[in-house]
Amino acid sequence: MKYLTTRNRAILRELIVTDFKLRYQGSILGYLWSLLKPLFLFVIMYVVFVHFLRFGQGIAHFASTLLLGIVLWGFFAEATTQGMQAIVNRGDLLRKINFPKYLLVISATISALINLVLNLCIVLVIMLVDGVDFGWSSLVFPVTLLLLYGFSLALAFLLAAVNVKYRDVAHIWEIFLQAMFYATPIIYPLQTVMMFNEDAAKFLMLNPVAVLLQDARAQLVGHDNVITASQIFSSIVWLSVPYAVMALTVVFATWYFRSKQGKFAEMI
Amino acid sequence: MSIEENIPNEEVAVRVNGVSKSFKLPHEQHDGLKQSVTSVFSRKRSHGYEIQHALRGVSFEVRKGDFFGIVGRNGSGKSTLLKILSGIYTPDSGSVKVNGSLVPFIELGVGFNPELTGRENVYLNGALLGFTRKQISAMYDEIVSFAELGKFMDQKLKNYSSGMQVRLAFSIAIRAKSDVLVLDEVLAVGDEAFQRKCYQHFAELKKEKKTVILVTHSMDAVQQFCNRAILIDKGHETEIGTPHKIAQLYQELNDTEGVTVSRSRTGIKTSTKYVAVQMQHELIDKKHIFDIMLQPKESIEDPILAMGIYQDDGDQVYRWTSDEKIPHQIDLETHRRIRIEVADILPVGVFAVNLYIKKRDRTVDYAVFNEIIKFEVKNVTKHRHAVYWRIPEETFVNEKGVGNV
Repeated sequence: MKYLTTRNRAILRELIVTDFKLRYQGSILGYLWSLLKPLFLFVIMYVVFVHFLRFGQGIAHFASTLLLGIVLWGFFAEATTQGMQAIVNRGDLLRKINFPKYLLVISATISALINLVLNLCIVLVIMLVDGVDFGWSSLVFPVTLLLLYGFSLALAFLLAAVNVKYRDVAHIWEIFLQAMFYATPIIYPLQTVMMFNEDAAKFLMLNPVAVLLQDARAQLVGHDNVITASQIFSSIVWLSVPYAVMALTVVFATWYFRSKQGKFAEMI
Repeated sequence: MSIEENIPNEEVAVRVNGVSKSFKLPHEQHDGLKQSVTSVFSRKRSHGYEIQHALRGVSFEVRKGDFFGIVGRNGSGKSTLLKILSGIYTPDSGSVKVNGSLVPFIELGVGFNPELTGRENVYLNGALLGFTRKQISAMYDEIVSFAELGKFMDQKLKNYSSGMQVRLAFSIAIRAKSDVLVLDEVLAVGDEAFQRKCYQHFAELKKEKKTVILVTHSMDAVQQFCNRAILIDKGHETEIGTPHKIAQLYQELNDTEGVTVSRSRTGIKTSTKYVAVQMQHELIDKKHIFDIMLQPKESIEDPILAMGIYQDDGDQVYRWTSDEKIPHQIDLETHRRIRIEVADILPVGVFAVNLYIKKRDRTVDYAVFNEIIKFEVKNVTKHRHAVYWRIPEETFVNEKGVGNV
């Protein structure tokens, strides 16, 4: 199968552009909202958890870490949720024209990716204000971002295909995301968990998203202030678990989506 | 099933080989986890749906340069076949081989979004039909001028009339470049002028020796454009042959099941400020007879009577006015009872009759009776001699029983 042929690229481009145009239609601030929303969420989280509950006390640049975590998690949640709905929402197209179904899922995740890039600009500004000293390791950040995108895309494929048959998945995923938001060191620093129970901290770091989040933070904010998976796991076996989860998800999701896509049009 | 002569491979544009397709129709909506889980345990799982065989072992070949018609009644499996040809559905068994490219759309304006402008929709729809942005830009002016929508292109699609949307969609669709074109007759919608444009386009395709597959239930279209056709009934291919033969078979198929049944509300009495109307409808001797009695309540200045028969999708299939049909002009002052006979050439379907009493110069509507009578034609009688859009001859009888005027 030829993947990104000229035709497919043209379709993908139009799908993304359309989504971009329609997203904030009829709102005065328009695309500013995708910048303002995480900013407000950050302010709320900051006031509640850092100001009142004193999370991350004594950790340098915790505000930057918090914001980066919120933005990256926001991308993960958006990409998987939008991707999950991508097939079901475009039943009108699928029933009338034959074109590669995966383009719909990719376009939904790329829209989330565009949002992420815009949000990262804000994060960058806040980090500069926060006095973060970017080191050489920040050059590896795009690689981490790529891994996060790949994992989100794979989950989106899997969820999108399941969602065609079982619409319950949308609800289950919403609840799951909510639970995972608190089970991932986003609003609290991993150091705090380690102080109480080191095994619990290790358990949290089996989650691929947590691993990538901590990696991204360490790369930008500095290894002194963030504990990464490679620091917490002493054995390479444990360290490889989250990466194995990622790889298996990619393989299984690709296989599952490809085996189900032929029936999408008649099942929707 | 008919056996065709062997055609050399390089002359075949599309080869359909023993294609079958069935659908599971669930008795109950089955898209929740709960039903799926519970049905695993309750052994009734296999009874949860009905299997509907939409197509069974359909085979045919389309040669390069053929204008190939696919004919069948509603529910015959035509649309399923079309979707399989386009690759939207995958067949359960059998295969479809297309030699070259095939534009896989079955409806106009795929992807049209009401919130986007006409211009943006051209690019979106164009991309789905296989064009790059550059290619669309190059033919953008042509598309707009063909659709006659020059000054509307920067307006949102939701502000377009349905006719404008169809025009725009059609103008893009006909530019789709492919070796095999699949056209649904539904394409030919819109007003009469635009329909003519569509048929003109079909004629051009025929002249250019393009390979075209036309799905239709219009025997006129089949005989006018196609050189070969297939008749599909109840999921089977019944016959492949010349358009003339297929059209005949199709008529016979329609005739075998019953005769025309007309169900109508008769003896309607209704009135407005100006006039009271009593109307009856009967089907006698293959003629629809509309008996209209008018009782003016006030003196109406220079009135005319108009009657229209509409199909349930709103299309007018018949129209009659008392002042237009020279030499049938009727003076309502002297003719209070009017009898309109329409030969029974209406297709199967539900029809509504509207009655209007207007001033001759159309400046005043004295009375409008919408759907004063509704009737249903269940099946067409044998030996139809005309198609329904041709104006049939009608006779007029006045109160004193005078015959044709």
